[in-house]
Amino acid sequence: MPSSRTLKPAPVSVGVSIPKLEAGEKVTGRARYVDDIAVPGVLHGRTVRSTVARGRIIRVELDPAFDWRGVVIADHKDIPGENVVALIADDQPLLAADEIRHAEEPILLVAHEDAERAEAARMAVRVEVEPLPAALTVEDALARTALVHGDDNVFKEITIERGDVERGLAESDLVVEGEYRTGWQEQLYIENNGMIAERDGDGLLVRGSLQCPYYVHKALMRIFALAPDRVRVIQTVTGGGFGGKEEYPSMIGGHAALLAWKSGRPVKIVYDRLEDIAATTKRHPSVTRMRVGVMKNGRLVAVDADILMDGGAYVTLSPVVLSRGAIHAAGAYRWRDARIHARAVATHTPPNGAFRGFGAPQTLFATECHLDRIAERLGMDPLALRLANAVRIGDVTPTGQVLKESVGAVDVLTRTAAMADWTRTRERLTRENAAAAAHETRRHRRRAAAPRPGSAPAPSARRLRRGIGLSLALHGAGFTGSGEVRLASRAAISLGADGRPVILTANTEIGQGTITAFSQLVGEALGVPPSFVIVHDPDTRAVPDSGPTVASRTVMVVGGLLEQCARAMRERLELFAETPIAGADEFRRVAKRFLRERGPLKIERQYEKPPGITWDDDTYRGDAYSVFSYAGCAVEVEVDLDTGETTVLNVATAHDIGRAIHPVLAAGQVEGGTVQALGWALLEDVRWKDGRVWNHQLTNYIIPTSADTPPIHVEFVDDPYTYGPRGAKGVGELPMDTPAPAVVAAIAHATGVRADEIPVTPERLLAALAAREKS
Amino acid sequence: MRTALSTLAVARPRDLAEALVLMRDGAGRPIPIAGGTDLLVYLNAGTQKGDRFVDLRSLAELRGIRAGTDRFTVGALTTFSEIREHAALARRFPALAAAAAEVGGRQIQNRATVGGNIANASPAADSTPALLALDAIVHVRSSDGARVIALDRLFRGYRDLTMRPDELITAVELPFAPERSVQFFRKVGTRRAQSISKVVMAGVLRLGRDGRVDHVRIALGSVAPVTLRARAAEASLAGIAPSPVASYRARAALMDDIAPIDDIRSDREYRRAVSGNVLEQFLRSADPRFARG
Ligand SMILES: Cc1cc2nc3c(=O)[nH]c(=O)nc-3n(C[C@H](O)[C@H](O)[C@H](O)COP(=O)(O)OP(=O)(O)OC[C@H]3O[C@@H](n4cnc5c(N)ncnc54)[C@H](O)[C@@H]3O)c2cc1C
Repeated sequence: MPSSRTLKPAPVSVGVSIPKLEAGEKVTGRARYVDDIAVPGVLHGRTVRSTVARGRIIRVELDPAFDWRGVVIADHKDIPGENVVALIADDQPLLAADEIRHAEEPILLVAHEDAERAEAARMAVRVEVEPLPAALTVEDALARTALVHGDDNVFKEITIERGDVERGLAESDLVVEGEYRTGWQEQLYIENNGMIAERDGDGLLVRGSLQCPYYVHKALMRIFALAPDRVRVIQTVTGGGFGGKEEYPSMIGGHAALLAWKSGRPVKIVYDRLEDIAATTKRHPSVTRMRVGVMKNGRLVAVDADILMDGGAYVTLSPVVLSRGAIHAAGAYRWRDARIHARAVATHTPPNGAFRGFGAPQTLFATECHLDRIAERLGMDPLALRLANAVRIGDVTPTGQVLKESVGAVDVLTRTAAMADWTRTRERLTRENAAAAAHETRRHRRRAAAPRPGSAPAPSARRLRRGIGLSLALHGAGFTGSGEVRLASRAAISLGADGRPVILTANTEIGQGTITAFSQLVGEALGVPPSFVIVHDPDTRAVPDSGPTVASRTVMVVGGLLEQCARAMRERLELFAETPIAGADEFRRVAKRFLRERGPLKIERQYEKPPGITWDDDTYRGDAYSVFSYAGCAVEVEVDLDTGETTVLNVATAHDIGRAIHPVLAAGQVEGGTVQALGWALLEDVRWKDGRVWNHQLTNYIIPTSADTPPIHVEFVDDPYTYGPRGAKGVGELPMDTPAPAVVAAIAHATGVRADEIPVTPERLLAALAAREKS
Repeated sequence: MRTALSTLAVARPRDLAEALVLMRDGAGRPIPIAGGTDLLVYLNAGTQKGDRFVDLRSLAELRGIRAGTDRFTVGALTTFSEIREHAALARRFPALAAAAAEVGGRQIQNRATVGGNIANASPAADSTPALLALDAIVHVRSSDGARVIALDRLFRGYRDLTMRPDELITAVELPFAPERSVQFFRKVGTRRAQSISKVVMAGVLRLGRDGRVDHVRIALGSVAPVTLRARAAEASLAGIAPSPVASYRARAALMDDIAPIDDIRSDREYRRAVSGNVLEQFLRSADPRFARG
């Protein structure tokens, strides 16, 4: 660790994997998560929820046999402002008033200073509901079996067009069609959702586990009809988010605040896992139909994609999830003609929301699976097909965006193929599968060797096949379209009284290493070691609105603003000191003198879009993102023909994220995202019963354990981006995009069965294997 | 924790005699706790009935693995870690050692007991198919005295035991499997660790000097309301020489033994297909001539 006493210039830290600054507190158990925070006089809040998918509330009854003393009760009538969780549309109530649109919809809140009494009180509330017919699937919703939203159950419809798709399909040698489905996925952060609210003078203080302090801030202002300066939101140490703490904290924060407002006592609401899985948002399930025209030589001509996403009962973030999904549906390929039609559909199910990748993994899954189907039809190697069509500098996307720089698609494919030894591995596995099949049919004719007593089953008794598959993806960094311009994020650096620089942003560390990466960028620009830099807690009273911690934007967008702030600050201090500053001691000395002689120093910068970027929200034309990151992924699997179980043996993945600020943390993002994607591809299956999540426990909602995690080989392709800090682009979501289609391709290679729906559960795969055997 | 823990009472008897008195006289129906790995899950979900518990963990009489000349006796409090790490036991009963190594994960194996796994009576228990295939005998005791029950007779119906509520399991007795027999264990779960079985099968098989099956045990879990012996499949194999036809017939007979359902973890069709496939795998592993052509 560089010492802050050194007089030498600070060592370079960007691009170096320094020890993670936020790790010490966590590994020593000193970090205090929301449930660890003891607040004197706190009440524990609980939520009474709907047990039916749709209905009308007739009556809420408090069990007269229950001792209600000391129980605070709040419902929609207690809301001082608007009964709404403000987001894109204001359609979602904080508490249902009379209409129920989905199971687990919150109706009433109770709180007590004894958590056990609070739980007992929750159980003592009876809600009488007149059930109404519900539309629980996208198919039902489109058939309008029941109305959830408007008169067609469509939250948002998007069409992206370039060229003439019908002509393109007609002129192609071959048109390949397919339909692909992806399921719900639970974010499954280790720390459940939780918030603490209390009255703060004539306002509110809300603290908790969250990604976006200013989202909660905005929602609370509306619920309580309070001016901005009377609402204060602070992020506490957060045990993971993955999008699951993007919009939901506004709901749970609003609930805690309502109870606190009414009782005048601090209130803590922390969900247990059962409630968290049952009630909070999930990844949108999707159905994508693809029609692709291709020439015999493998040149892709035209893509026609029709996308459906299930948004659940309220709008929440569905329009923007859909938008990102639609834009990514063409994959990292050049097309002459493209038509992408996408709809987010309303159903009577708990609202789906943000989840790492934000719609892109769903549509990229379809595109990548479809590419493999095309390769098979053409008799072409899947790598060769991708290499021939991958975007390069100068290519134009379906929204008309010209890719001007840092286009690593070909590089990541080539690196991935090299790491996996693609061609040879594929041939070898094909040979080995044929040999295994031959061996199995021959085996019974050979004389049996005398079995040894008590021997475990010989490995040869298993019928196993192996396969390898590959995929390519791009991922737009930052908000979609004009999102970043609208956000107009501000970030700042000030000087602390002790002469150290203090980073002021609303961006949250949720495990990914934000504090470390920000400190590296700022430290290097200021000429001080990263550990000398202080990162202020995300506290809306102290930090400017630098936008949410989502969309792979934190390092690229906010890190970029901070780098500008740091450069300006250094210039200011050096002008003041009339000498260059190097190292922490010198910085501190100059800073303290500046504070004494000139007063406080705070430098703030606001987002400005890079030059030459345009976007039109109405026509969906222009630069959807300032830049894209790229990833290639090769997955090797083993399938047990007797059980349909798929074991992932190996993953090789190359990423173009411009430049990695902290290579180990970046690789951590890739590894974690890969495992999450493997879970989505193979294991994670939200099961429903009458509109409610049935498997809302970790016992039965199956995510990969470390025993299910294969070796993951990660490489970064250096392709710096001019407008990212030190060349950085986004990395957070990209690794979620590639593994699932690669798994499907690998299973197809192993077994000949092409799964068009994930998760490829053993049940689905075994049924498909049996169906093929029959035909 | 959805159960109000402050309303629960736990008694800690010092010896078995005291525990048995508590089980007989305790207010309400006291519930024994061993490792607590099942009970705590129910308490967390708020689904555990009863509020009086008897903690068995300090009862020395329920501990220990004893090797005899023709059998092992395993105390009810023996954990799955102790089982999988006991070399002599694992040599004699590889199917049980394999089952122990696949219960939950290491942390669970350190606490979970064999007595708890039996008494919990889950149809998805992993050790009981192995114990059934090994002809295990369960020793139970109440203040009225001790008795033994063949494990096969213990499970009456879904989570319903032929034991009385005041009886404790003290030990499991495991007679040696016949010399030269082959043991088999296969768990098909939801993932590689911390997983509940969708189908679990254990088997013991021996070919006699005449090349015909002269000892066969097949037991399964997660395919019926209880873990059970597959008697029809066993009968179809008894006295038969290995062949693909014998394997096919055993598989067909097995379908009469099992009655799987659709549930939160899997479905009926899958469980039927996999049960048959795993049975074939067992037979192939015992003798390659069972393999399909
Ligand atoms: C994360 C996790 C993973 C798991 N994975 C598996 C798995 O893979 N396979 C599997 O089979 N199980 C699994 N289980 C379930 C559990 O671990 C086992 O059933 C275990 O063997 C129970 O033993 P225990 O000592 O913890 O029982 P406890 O929870 O203490 O008791 C279980 C039941 O048995 C009764 N009981 C306990 N001891 C006695 C006795 N001596 N006499 C009479 N009654 C008694 C109790 O009253 C209770 O009803 C898992 C559990 C968890 C939490």
